Amino acid sequence: MTPHMLTRSLDRSATIFLAVVAACGILIPLSNLLLPAGSFLQVPTYLVALWGKYVCYAILALAIDLIWGYCGILSLGHGAFFALGGYAMGMYLMRQIGTRGVYGNPVLPDFMVFLNWQKLPWYWYGFDMFWFAALMVLVVPGLLAFCFGWLAFRSRVTGVYLSIITQAMTYALLLAFFRNDFGFGGNNGLTDFKDILGFNVQAEGTRAALFALSCLALIVGFLICRAIVSSKLGKVLIAVRDAESRTRFLGYRVESYKLFVFTVSACMAGVAGALYVPQVGIINPSEFAPGNSIEAVIWVAVGGRGTLVGAALGAVVVNYAKTFFTSGVLAPYWLFMLGALFILVTLLLPKGIVGTFNAWWDSSKEKRAAAAIASAAAEDGVTEPKMAE
Amino acid sequence: MPAHLSARLRSLLLSLFLIAFALPAFAGPFEDAVAKFANDDFSDTEEAIGAVASSGNPLALPIISALQDGRLMADPDSKKVYVTGADGKSIDAATGQPVTSIPDSASAVRLNNRLRRSVDAAVGGLTLQSPDVGTRLQAAQSVFKSHEETALEAVDGALAKETNRSVKAALGEARAAILLFKSDATEVEKLEAVATLKARGDQEALALLTGMGDQPASVTKAAASAIGSIQSSLAVWSMVQNAWYGLSLGSVLLLAAIGLAITFGVMGVINMAHGEMVMIGAYTTFVVQEVIRTRYPALFDYSLLIAVPLAFLVAGAIGVLIERSIIRFLYGRPLETLLATWGLSLVLQQAVRTMFGPTNREVGNPSWMSGAFELGQITITYNRLWILCFTLAVFAILLAMLRYTALGLEMRAVTQNRRMAASMGIATSRVDALTFGLGSGIAGIAGVALSQIDNVSPNLGQSYIIDSFMVVVFGGVGNLWGTLVGAFTLGIANKFLEPVAGAVLGKIAILVLIILFIQKRPRGLFALKGRAVEA
Repeated sequence: MTPHMLTRSLDRSATIFLAVVAACGILIPLSNLLLPAGSFLQVPTYLVALWGKYVCYAILALAIDLIWGYCGILSLGHGAFFALGGYAMGMYLMRQIGTRGVYGNPVLPDFMVFLNWQKLPWYWYGFDMFWFAALMVLVVPGLLAFCFGWLAFRSRVTGVYLSIITQAMTYALLLAFFRNDFGFGGNNGLTDFKDILGFNVQAEGTRAALFALSCLALIVGFLICRAIVSSKLGKVLIAVRDAESRTRFLGYRVESYKLFVFTVSACMAGVAGALYVPQVGIINPSEFAPGNSIEAVIWVAVGGRGTLVGAALGAVVVNYAKTFFTSGVLAPYWLFMLGALFILVTLLLPKGIVGTFNAWWDSSKEKRAAAAIASAAAEDGVTEPKMAE
Repeated sequence: MPAHLSARLRSLLLSLFLIAFALPAFAGPFEDAVAKFANDDFSDTEEAIGAVASSGNPLALPIISALQDGRLMADPDSKKVYVTGADGKSIDAATGQPVTSIPDSASAVRLNNRLRRSVDAAVGGLTLQSPDVGTRLQAAQSVFKSHEETALEAVDGALAKETNRSVKAALGEARAAILLFKSDATEVEKLEAVATLKARGDQEALALLTGMGDQPASVTKAAASAIGSIQSSLAVWSMVQNAWYGLSLGSVLLLAAIGLAITFGVMGVINMAHGEMVMIGAYTTFVVQEVIRTRYPALFDYSLLIAVPLAFLVAGAIGVLIERSIIRFLYGRPLETLLATWGLSLVLQQAVRTMFGPTNREVGNPSWMSGAFELGQITITYNRLWILCFTLAVFAILLAMLRYTALGLEMRAVTQNRRMAASMGIATSRVDALTFGLGSGIAGIAGVALSQIDNVSPNLGQSYIIDSFMVVVFGGVGNLWGTLVGAFTLGIANKFLEPVAGAVLGKIAILVLIILFIQKRPRGLFALKGRAVEA
């Protein structure tokens, strides 16, 4: 990826987006750490954690937009990749607790001691090393997506069928992770984390650093998505979205393109989950709930599918609204609002916020350009023939 | 002894108290036997149990069951024995006269394990003469379980008088169980006993035969062959049991999926709010039952008959409303339909939660749907059986409707070629609305049936939506027969996997199998062929 390619791929909204995320990523942690507590401009720690959560959701939304907005794959199971990344990170954090757990077992996490397990299951090996856990954050979701996608795309499972089986996948994982003998803490999941890389996860400095890291991950993820969609490969993806059979007849291996983008997207979702877990302090099977995955899709729809910026914006807007409404007197009405949001956005705002804005901006730009041409033509004394629509 | 049996005994006891009060006191061996309870000696107590049980005195049962429950008090000083009732009132055990207070020196007659068995047997023997058929049957079964030698006489006596066929069979089995364990029974008797147990052929008979201890060689041989035959027949019965559970689960799946087969299969609309239509049907049942309970309690047995058409109308009307206000704008955009209907499902759930509260609501079974009957070695509950019949009836009616009515014809026409149908003068948008209404209405009546076996809560629909989609996708879209086969296949496969893998793992395995199956046949078992596929 050359710098030239990078700059070419950035349009105005992307530049604004990157500037805003970078500014947040730098200013919010600084204000939290440097300014005195209670001062007007100081961002309280709980807000840093909350916004950190939103940023993780934004990365998940980007991942969904990459496959849904640009390749037409509606996954209703992306929450599963998010949660798997989260579990990989959670396992690392569990191993870091060491003897500080309730039972003080140096190797086994508390829930295993509680279940009378004598030794660590093999799939927990290696998670005491950060690099291994970080690798697993990418590998586990990526591998699952690769296998799943390989089976599904090769046999041309498309459209709603794919959506339904992705939903079945996350549902199956939900059931599996609820089981105690599956070895991931069952119903309670993984929690009571102490350290990450030697830093206390509860400390303000760690939280601020995690927030800055999440912003960085969002920027990197965004740039990767931009690079993919503005490359030649991206054009093929859009062709697959709009006319899959035609693209296949033109000689493209549609399933390979889909598989690539699906796997990349799953890895991104995994990273989002891994950043999410230390910031909220818990990961449990409810993250696999099919409802979560569908909710993530609506973030993208609200922001505008196929715009990337919109997806991230939608995630933040919807989740901010969720926090705002579920904490006040309006709490019982939140589900009404969320439901109405699903219906109204699909009916009235199919392009989402950013898409609608872009369409309006483009058409007004065209009008201005047309007006400029018309006035120039009038000066030349030539009348433009009226175009029949 | 199971709890319900002792409850039954207690009520029996109460009536016997009343008889006892009317009887004059008479002195004799009975009083002597009763007095032995006061000796606080296990062998005396055992003699007393035998004597009292065989006395034929109406007080025998109250005394023995009081002994069983630790309510028989004996005063070692006065050699008086008292029966204390559950209500705190006491009678003199020997005479049946009520007494105002029991001396402080009296204490409960003690039992050891051996005595406890003979007490159980004595109670069993005493209740064998009860006028109530159910009590006699249970008594015979409890004798079968305890197989105490002391009960043999009572069983023989009861067998001679018994007229009811099933009680007679139970008594015969009880007798066989006793003889098998009786050390001085003849070889012929024992062989007969083995044959009787072999005919009974269930888990308990198997347990008796395997645990019978030293026996003559011929008996051991007969028992071994009986054990083999019982084991193989039990294996067959457990298959039958699994198949029945599978059919039952399949009928539930079919019922939940049948409406979806119309909206998704025939119209191609992904209705994620389908589960909520089921829930609305269940809540309609709840409302109907509430009205009946408060206004017309006599009609309770008909509540479901009233609820079925009502649920169809309510859910159907809501379905038409949804189609007209949301779905018709989204035809040809299946993924958007999916999202919009998911939002709708959230709204409907929350609406029901606001109106009826988040907790489970009580929906009762009418009398004709509660209870169970035995078929060979398996138990079949009436509600499951009715649901199976109901599902098949709904399926048949729907099939007939699609084939023989004008609306069905129009539906098929619109599905196959919308523009051609419109050219032939069919009001396609009206047909769309009615088809969607029909699918939703059927989901509503599914809710009536599911309210009988599941918790009626706002989340009711959520638990069925994924399963229903699996059934429809597995069976093949656009084909009702595919849905039928898909539902029963999944139901039976699930129940056969459950004993092997456990409930949750079985379910996961099924989901994974379906995901793999869709790779193999992306359009389901019974796929539509031709141009309709790509539409």
